[in-house]
Amino acid sequence: MAERTYAHPYIPNTVPEVRDAMLKEIGLTSLDQLHEAIPDGLKLKREMNLPPAMNEYELRRHIEGLLAKNKDGADYLNFIGAGCWQHFIPAVCDEINQRSEFVTAYAGEPYEDHGRFQALFEYQSLVAELVDMDVVNVPTFDWAQAASTSIRMAGRMTGRKTALLPRSVDPDKAAIIRNYCVPVMDIAYVEIDPATGKMDLDDLQSKLGPGVAAVYFENPGYLGIIEDRGAEISKLAHDAGAVSIVGVDPISLGVLEAPPRYGADIVCGDLQPLGMHMNYGGGQAGFIATRDEEKFVMEYPSRLFGIVPTEVEGEYGFGDVAYERTSFALREKGKESVGTQTALWGITAGVYLALLGPHGMKEVGSTIIQKSHYAAKKLAEIPGVALRFEGAFFKEFVVDFNATGLTVAEINRRLMEEGIFGGKDLSAGYPAWGQCALYCVTEIHTQSDLDRLAAAIRAIVGTSSTTRT
Amino acid sequence: MKRIKRDRKVRQFHQAKWDEPVIFELHRPGERGVIPPGTEAAVAGAVGSAEDSIPSSMRRSSAPALPEIGQAKVLRHYLRLSQETLGSDLNVEIGQGTCTMKYIPRINEMLIRNPRLTELHPLQDAGTVQGMLEIYHRLDLAMREISGMDAFSFQPSSGTQALLAMASIVRAYHDSRGEGDRRDEIITTIFSHPSQAATAAVKGYKIITLHPDEDGFPDLEKLKNAVSERTAGFVVANPEDTGIYNHRIREFTDVVHAAGGICYYDQANANGLLGITRAKEAGFDMCFFNLHKTFAAPHMCGGPATGALGVTEELKPFLPGPLVEREEGGRYVLKEQGDLSIGKVRSFHGVAQTVLRAYAWILSLGAEGLKDVAQIAVLNNNYLYHKILQIRGASAPYIKGRRLEQVRYSWKQLTDETGVTTEDITRRMCDFGLHYWTSHHPYIVPQPFTLEPTESYSKEDLDEYIRALEHISNEAYTNPDIVKTAPHNSTVHRNDESSLDDPKQWCITWRAYLKKTKAQLQGQK
Repeated sequence: MAERTYAHPYIPNTVPEVRDAMLKEIGLTSLDQLHEAIPDGLKLKREMNLPPAMNEYELRRHIEGLLAKNKDGADYLNFIGAGCWQHFIPAVCDEINQRSEFVTAYAGEPYEDHGRFQALFEYQSLVAELVDMDVVNVPTFDWAQAASTSIRMAGRMTGRKTALLPRSVDPDKAAIIRNYCVPVMDIAYVEIDPATGKMDLDDLQSKLGPGVAAVYFENPGYLGIIEDRGAEISKLAHDAGAVSIVGVDPISLGVLEAPPRYGADIVCGDLQPLGMHMNYGGGQAGFIATRDEEKFVMEYPSRLFGIVPTEVEGEYGFGDVAYERTSFALREKGKESVGTQTALWGITAGVYLALLGPHGMKEVGSTIIQKSHYAAKKLAEIPGVALRFEGAFFKEFVVDFNATGLTVAEINRRLMEEGIFGGKDLSAGYPAWGQCALYCVTEIHTQSDLDRLAAAIRAIVGTSSTTRT
Repeated sequence: MKRIKRDRKVRQFHQAKWDEPVIFELHRPGERGVIPPGTEAAVAGAVGSAEDSIPSSMRRSSAPALPEIGQAKVLRHYLRLSQETLGSDLNVEIGQGTCTMKYIPRINEMLIRNPRLTELHPLQDAGTVQGMLEIYHRLDLAMREISGMDAFSFQPSSGTQALLAMASIVRAYHDSRGEGDRRDEIITTIFSHPSQAATAAVKGYKIITLHPDEDGFPDLEKLKNAVSERTAGFVVANPEDTGIYNHRIREFTDVVHAAGGICYYDQANANGLLGITRAKEAGFDMCFFNLHKTFAAPHMCGGPATGALGVTEELKPFLPGPLVEREEGGRYVLKEQGDLSIGKVRSFHGVAQTVLRAYAWILSLGAEGLKDVAQIAVLNNNYLYHKILQIRGASAPYIKGRRLEQVRYSWKQLTDETGVTTEDITRRMCDFGLHYWTSHHPYIVPQPFTLEPTESYSKEDLDEYIRALEHISNEAYTNPDIVKTAPHNSTVHRNDESSLDDPKQWCITWRAYLKKTKAQLQGQK
C-alpha cells in the first residue's frame, strides 16, 4: 500500500515528519513496532474490506442521498404514536442541545462542568414540580428502562419478587421489562376490563399477595386510556404491602393529576414529548421520581445531582448525592448499573419545561385532549368505524375497523397513497380485538389535518357519505 | 507596535463564571417562554372543554409550580450554563482514559440534523425509511468486517446496556440448552469496567473477579481455577484499563470454552486495535463497540449513545430484535427475531443519530484511515507515557512498556512526598482548562490517573497537557497549598460535600432545597 501523502484532517499526527519524530522520541523506528504486544497469530494480515474513504463533500453527498430515500413527517401526515410521539419542539430546545459544549461534554468534574451539573439539577427540579415529587434521577434510556428499574427498586425495598403489570402495557415495553427483571424478579399480568380498557380490580385483588413487590400502571396507558381509579389501585397495592408505580406521559401533566396525589410511590415515564425530535426512536429518555426518603433514594442506580454550598459564600455548587450506592463505586455490589444514558435529553426536557411554564403545560395538554377527541369523534362518525373503548383518553385512542371488512394493513396502505401514516396496527399484538389501530393526535395536528384524515378513511372504507364532515 | 511576548509554559485560563441563579429564581409571574399550538374554535366547539373530558378524579388539582420566564431569559440562562461546561470540543480531552473522547467531526453533526432523520417515526412503514435502514445495514457490514463477528444489533444504547444485553444472551443461551440455572457464575477482571460486573449481577449472576499478576496481566492460572460447570460466561476488556494487552487472550477464551462458557469482549474502546486485531481471532463469541467513543459520536453529557453489539452466527438468534436485513432485490426490511431472542433491551431501533454518525466516520476514514487511527492512537499514548514517566512523582505500575491506547499511572510517590493527592490534581487541572480523571473504583493502583490521547490530538496538544502536569508536580513539591486548594480559575470553588451523603441534608431538587433550608431563611429575616 502506498504511504499516505497528506495528513488526515481528523488525525494531525499523520504528518510524516511529526510521526517520525515521535517514533524516534520513544525509541522506535516503525509504526509496526507499536503493536508488538499483539501476537502475530492474532493480527489481521490484510487490509479490511471497507468502502474507500470519502472526503467531506463526497460524504455529504452520499449521506444526503441515502437520507433522501426516507419520507418524513413533512411528507406525510403522521398519526403513529405508540411510545414515540410527534410534538411541537420550541426552537430554543434545539439551540441548547446543539451547543458544542453540551454535545461534547462527558465526565467532567463539578468545577469544569458546573453548567452541565446545574442544567441537570434544574431538569430534576423542573420534572419534580411536574410530577409533584422531591427526587428525580439523571435520566435513563427510556420509559421501559425507567419502569424496569422502578420495579427492581420496589423489589429491593420490599424483599419481594413479583411485579404486576396491566395486560394493556405496550408489548415491546413488556419485553424490555421482562428481560431486565427475569430471573431476579417475576412479571405477572392483571387483566383489563374489555369494555373500558382499565385495570380489572377484581383480578388485581386476586393476584395481590405476600410475594408482590409492585403494582405498575400507566396514565395515560399505552392505549391512551386514562386510569381514573388510581387511588383505589394504589390503596390495594399498599394494603398488600406492595409499592405503587405509575408510568406517565409527562406532557399530560399540565391537565392530568400528579400521580402522588392518587397514591404513587414511584413515578416514571418518557421525556421524549418534552422537546425531543422523534429521531427514528433516538429521542427517548426515561425518568424516575420518588419522595425524598432514604429508603427510596438509596435504591436508585442512577446518578442524582444535588445542590451544595461551596467554600465561597454565595456560590451554588453541585455534586453527586449518595454516590456510594452506584455501580461506579461498588461494581456488582452497587444498585443495578449506571453509565451513559440520555443526559442531553434531560437538559432539553428542562429547557422545554422552563419555556412552557405552568400555563404552557396546561394549554398543550388541553389542546391535545381537544384535538384527539375531535379526531376520534370524526372517525367514529364513519359507518363501520368505531372506538374500541368507552371512557376518557389522552392523545391516543384505539379505532376499531372490524365492521369495515378491511384490515388495518389495507387501510394503512391506502392511507399512505393519500400521504397519511395511519395509526399503529394492533392486530398482531392484540389478535383478540381483530382489526384495531392505535391513533395518535397531538397539538401539531390542525383541524384541516384531522378532517383530511377522516375524509380519507371515509373514502377508503367505501361508504357513500351520508353524513357531512 | 509593541511585540507581544507569548512565552508562558502553561495556559492562562479562566473558566466562564456567570454567577447564574437556579432557573426557578428567574420566575416572573405572567412571563411566557413559548406559546404552544392551540385549538381551533371549531374544534373546541365540536368537543367542548378539555376539562370536561377528564374524569374529575384525574383533573390536575393544582398547577405544577414551574417558573414563568420570557424566552430570551431562558435562552440566555442555558447559553451561560453551556459556557460553564468544558466540552471535549474546547479542551485537550485526553484525561478520561478508558473513555476518552476523540474529535467529533462537524460534518457528522450537521448530517444528523436532517429532517429526513429527525422527523422519522420509528414505526413508520419500512418502505418509507429505506435510506435509514440502508445506513443501519451498511454499518452492520462494516462492523462485521472490523470485528469478525457475523451480525450486529444497534439497539443497546450505551456500553452498559450492551453489557446487559450480552449477559442476557449468555443466560438465554444456557437456558436454551437446559443449563440456565446450573451455570450461575460470570468471571471478569478487576481492571475491567464496573458495568461488566454490575450488569451480570442484574441478570442474577454471581460474579468472580480476577486480579492481575505482578506484571499487570490477567492471571491464566487464576482463570483455570475459577472455571467450572457453573461458569456461564467470561467478560473482559483487552487491553484493560492499564493499556496492557493480554497476549494470551486466546488461551483464556479456550479455557472458558472448554468449561462450556461464553466469552464476551468489552470493546467499548477499540481505539488501539482497528484493523490490527479482531474479536473473532481472539476467540470471542460476542463483542460490542461504543459508537460514542471509538467511532467518534459525541458523548452528549452522558448519552444518548450506542453500544453496537456483535455476535457469532451461533448466537444471532439470541440478539434483541428486530434486525435490519437486505432482501434480494435490494429492499431493506426490519426482521423480527424468533423465540430464542432475549426480546428487547431498548425501545425501537436504538439511537439512529449515533448509527449515522458512526457510519459517516468510517466512510471518512476507510480501511487505511482506521488503521491510522489505531497506529496513531498507540503512538500518541506511548509518547505521552514516555514523557509522563519523566515527571517527578509519577509512575506507571506493572510491566514496563507494552502499552496500547492508554495507561493507568500513579502519583503514589508524589503523594508520599508532598501530601498532594490525585483528587487535588483533578481540581488543579481545571485551572488550566484541562480534564483529568483518576480511575474506576476500587483504586487498585494507588493515587491513580488514567490518560488516553486517542488519534485526535497533535503533538503540541499532548505537550500542553504534559506541561500542565509537570507544572502541577512542581507546585506540589514547592507550593502544595495551591494544588490542595484548587480550583482557583473555575466557575466555582471547592464544594462543601458534607451534605451529599446525609439524607437529612441532601437536596436533589430545588423544592427539596427550599424545604430543607426554610428554617434558616426565617432565621435570617
